[in-house]
Amino acid sequence: MTDAAIPAPAIATPQRDQRIGQMIVVAAVLLAAAKVALPDGLIRPPDWFVLPFADWINWTFAFLKDDLGLIYLTRAFADGVEWLIDITANLLYGKNRWPRIGPIPWTVIAVTAGVVGYALGGWRLALLSGGTFVWIAVMGQWEWAMETMSVIVVAVPLAVALGLVMGLLAWRYPRFEAVLNPVLNIAQSLPHFAYMIPVVVFIGLGPKAGAIVTIIFATPPMIRMTVLGLKKVPPEVIESGQMCGSTRWQLLRHARVPTARTEILVGVNQVIMQSLAMVVLASFIGMPGLGEKLLQLLQALRMGRSIEIGITIVLLAITLDRCSKAWAYRQPVHFERGTPWWVRNKLLLIWLALIAVAFTLAAFIPEAHEIKRRQAFTLSKQFDAGVDWMLVLLDPITLALRSFLIVWILVPLQNAYQWLPFAAVLTFLAGIGWMIGGARSALVCLAYAGLIAMSGWWDRAMITAYMITFAVIISMMIGLPLGVWASRSEGRAKIALLICDTAQTFPSFIYLIPVVMLFGVNDVAAIGAVIVFGMVPMCRYTIEGLRGVPPELIEAADMSGATRRQKLWTVKLPLALPTIMVGINQTVMFSLFMVIIAAFIGTRDLGQEMQRALSATDVGKGLVLGLCVAFMGLMVDHLAMRWSADRKKALGID
Amino acid sequence: MADAQPVISCRGVWKLYGKTPESYLAGVSDTPSFEDIRRAGYIAAARDVTLDIAAGEMLVIMGLSGSGKSTLVRCLSRLVEVTSGTVTVEEQDIGALDENGLIELRRNKMGMVFQNFALLPNRTVLENVAYPLEMRGQDRHDRRARALDVIKLVGLEGREDYFPRELSGGQQQRVGIARSLAIEPDIWFLDEPFSALDPLIRREMQDEFLRLQDMLGKTIVFITHDFDEALRLADRIAIMKDGAIEQVDTPDRIVLDPATDYVAKFIEDIDKAHVVHAGHLAGPVKGAAPRGDPVAATATIHDIARRLVEDKRARLPVADTSGKLVGVLKRQDALDVLFGEQP
Ligand SMILES: Nc1ncnc2c1ncn2[C@@H]1O[C@H](COP(=O)(O)OP(=O)(O)OP(=O)(O)O)[C@@H](O)[C@H]1O
Ligand SMILES: [Mg+2]
Repeated sequence: MTDAAIPAPAIATPQRDQRIGQMIVVAAVLLAAAKVALPDGLIRPPDWFVLPFADWINWTFAFLKDDLGLIYLTRAFADGVEWLIDITANLLYGKNRWPRIGPIPWTVIAVTAGVVGYALGGWRLALLSGGTFVWIAVMGQWEWAMETMSVIVVAVPLAVALGLVMGLLAWRYPRFEAVLNPVLNIAQSLPHFAYMIPVVVFIGLGPKAGAIVTIIFATPPMIRMTVLGLKKVPPEVIESGQMCGSTRWQLLRHARVPTARTEILVGVNQVIMQSLAMVVLASFIGMPGLGEKLLQLLQALRMGRSIEIGITIVLLAITLDRCSKAWAYRQPVHFERGTPWWVRNKLLLIWLALIAVAFTLAAFIPEAHEIKRRQAFTLSKQFDAGVDWMLVLLDPITLALRSFLIVWILVPLQNAYQWLPFAAVLTFLAGIGWMIGGARSALVCLAYAGLIAMSGWWDRAMITAYMITFAVIISMMIGLPLGVWASRSEGRAKIALLICDTAQTFPSFIYLIPVVMLFGVNDVAAIGAVIVFGMVPMCRYTIEGLRGVPPELIEAADMSGATRRQKLWTVKLPLALPTIMVGINQTVMFSLFMVIIAAFIGTRDLGQEMQRALSATDVGKGLVLGLCVAFMGLMVDHLAMRWSADRKKALGID
Repeated sequence: MADAQPVISCRGVWKLYGKTPESYLAGVSDTPSFEDIRRAGYIAAARDVTLDIAAGEMLVIMGLSGSGKSTLVRCLSRLVEVTSGTVTVEEQDIGALDENGLIELRRNKMGMVFQNFALLPNRTVLENVAYPLEMRGQDRHDRRARALDVIKLVGLEGREDYFPRELSGGQQQRVGIARSLAIEPDIWFLDEPFSALDPLIRREMQDEFLRLQDMLGKTIVFITHDFDEALRLADRIAIMKDGAIEQVDTPDRIVLDPATDYVAKFIEDIDKAHVVHAGHLAGPVKGAAPRGDPVAATATIHDIARRLVEDKRARLPVADTSGKLVGVLKRQDALDVLFGEQP
């Protein structure tokens, strides 16, 4: 009855937009072809076009910091955070700070982790989380890991609290949300390093800077999930609360927040994962711990040791992810009536007994308290041997591949990108935008690309763009068929999705280990890391898209006598394409993040400049570079999401 | 039924969904039809509803899906703001109440059972049922005892510690009923409260509500799709279409004298003999009353079917429960009703 109330969409405009877009693209090609005849001002952004954004930002920061005295505020906050970190550091690895009672024996922590794992997810999770900490202790990495953990333990609750409060405010005041949303969009596409430079300026180096940059980086997803959860609470639940005469506060506390529990806890999970990724990377600003060690070892090409630390980080990531997800999706279950208290609190009692045993053991056996690095077990020799053996085998291949890639693909592609006149690029992007989303999208593309041109980093941005293009194409060429293959059977798809999920929880830094191992420290390795990292979402969304095709359509195709191949091409892929597009979008985002991180193993793009800005603590330059990266991401995001949404609407799926 | 002062009275209540319904409604000159409103891009969920509900009355609202029943009840409890019109509850304009006043009103006067149960997923059955008591600030022991009582009443003993997720649909619905029973409000809104119950429990629950209404004089607004249920419970029935009330009347009058074609269609398949009471069909006593055994005024035509067929008199005396003569029933009229012919 109500359908007619919605005005029918105008059908004709998309086709007109298509045609206009195509004409603009043709114009762009003509511009490029006529490069020799073009004035210089259309080939590279002319000087008058470039604005000194960096100076403006620096000036603003200086004003905030010194004239407004913001630095006292941030320093005070940082001191508070440091005080907290000192407590956890003392407890976890015995740093000589108040309350000076640590370190807690590693056996106690491992047992605790095991019991938490059991409580949340049964034996398998208990084994995983307990085992992770045993591995860390036995491999002699306890202190590094605990340095990392001491910051996570402080940063996660703070980020969660901050995110919850901001999320509540955004949900409560739509105007605040309207302001917050674009800020969050940019924040979530800024590369990690862009966050670090202002923090260094305001706070300095070391663990507290690491903690604070982690908090800032991890808060946006929490805000997002909080708002999402609160908005999803069914209106009838609220109404039933109202009819019981609840006040606003009671409604929030008893009805809204508990009903949004799952979303909020998924937010917590994201905070934890983002924190881990950031803490590891914060080694660039003097954060000690696993990340710092990994950075040093990688740079020294000590592969065996790197792999050991890599395994630790991966294990930690999987443990934290699985535990927090299990917590998020756990539903309350009742006890039978008359269950005695020791049954209700069985796990608590078991835990108390176990840690009592662990404490006693630690008191008498020093190894149960702390494993010194000299006593530790190591697999680095074996790993090194394995790596050497593999390298001997693979070296001819990787060498050939490397030189082939560099000579025949990378260098020509880079030259081509750099040869393109910037006016042609802008026109081309506007044309693509117009084809996908009409005049508005064309303007959005022009604005993003124009701002990049105005930043003065056009050439570097084009290098980043070429690497992203290449990496995304290769990711698609591998990820798509892999996804198609995996989605053939239910079992295979499940396993593939599990692998993708797990791989997505790894901090991005980890991906550098295998590529450095294979290719050494150079730009092919960097691109390799980007490809591997970007393949994961590609594969994942392909599987999800293909499996999301309504079964009755496949049955209809079956009844029409379609072969497997025909079904794939005529039914499944077209219907899965919007979802696959979302995957491509994520691949681009992931690649952008990775390209910047991989800069320190040798690229000449925006990432390299970002590294320089970081070592020179040049906020203006760092932020401008970060925004350039963010704008590239946001432009692709706008186009991909727009296309995907339109396509879904046209196909009538949702 | 119509007592001195209605408990709930609404005057010209409109509820439109859409972008700026207030200004739209203020802009149109005369009362727009459902179609007009739809063409303007709005959905009319309540159209110019004027209705009085007396103390102790059980009003049953019926109508097709989407006809605005739930919305009307939401307007009466101010869960949604009306677009225009006023709703007064016990001579208090609830549209004018501030937040605290509204909270007080709901804590002390009103209760509601929701169509989709609306249980808090994080609370056990017991805690859900005790929730309104908790809001009223009752102490823990009292509310536990009270909650256990009503849980027993709805037959969920032994499941106090279950979470909503662990219950079947019908059991969840009974938790919702228990939650509103716990406070025994004076004014009760029941939005399809028994839709997921099996016939046996449904009947028990109906009896329970009838008992409460009888004993404690509760005012109940009841939504249902089930005509038999409506007949069992209703003092009056309101039939809604496209947000407007087509007719509100006693069951007898609705079946005998439908106000509009729509109502006539709505009740087409009803066996009128089960609805119409002898007392209603009877005319006044004019002149000499017929002698012989009277029929009970509270009996339906169906109840006295055998007598109607066997008794050959043209006019039958009708008496109330005390035996006093209250009217005269024309046998032909009653037979027409019995065989479903238009009188
Ligand atoms: N929050 C809302 N926003 C927009 N339209 C609404 C909203 N709530 C109800 N409506 C519309 O108002 C109309 C009446 O809905 P209502 O829920 O009152 O129907 P109902 O008579 O209770 O139906 P049912 O028997 O299916 O419960 C419907 O057309 C519905 O689409
Ligand atoms: Mg309804």
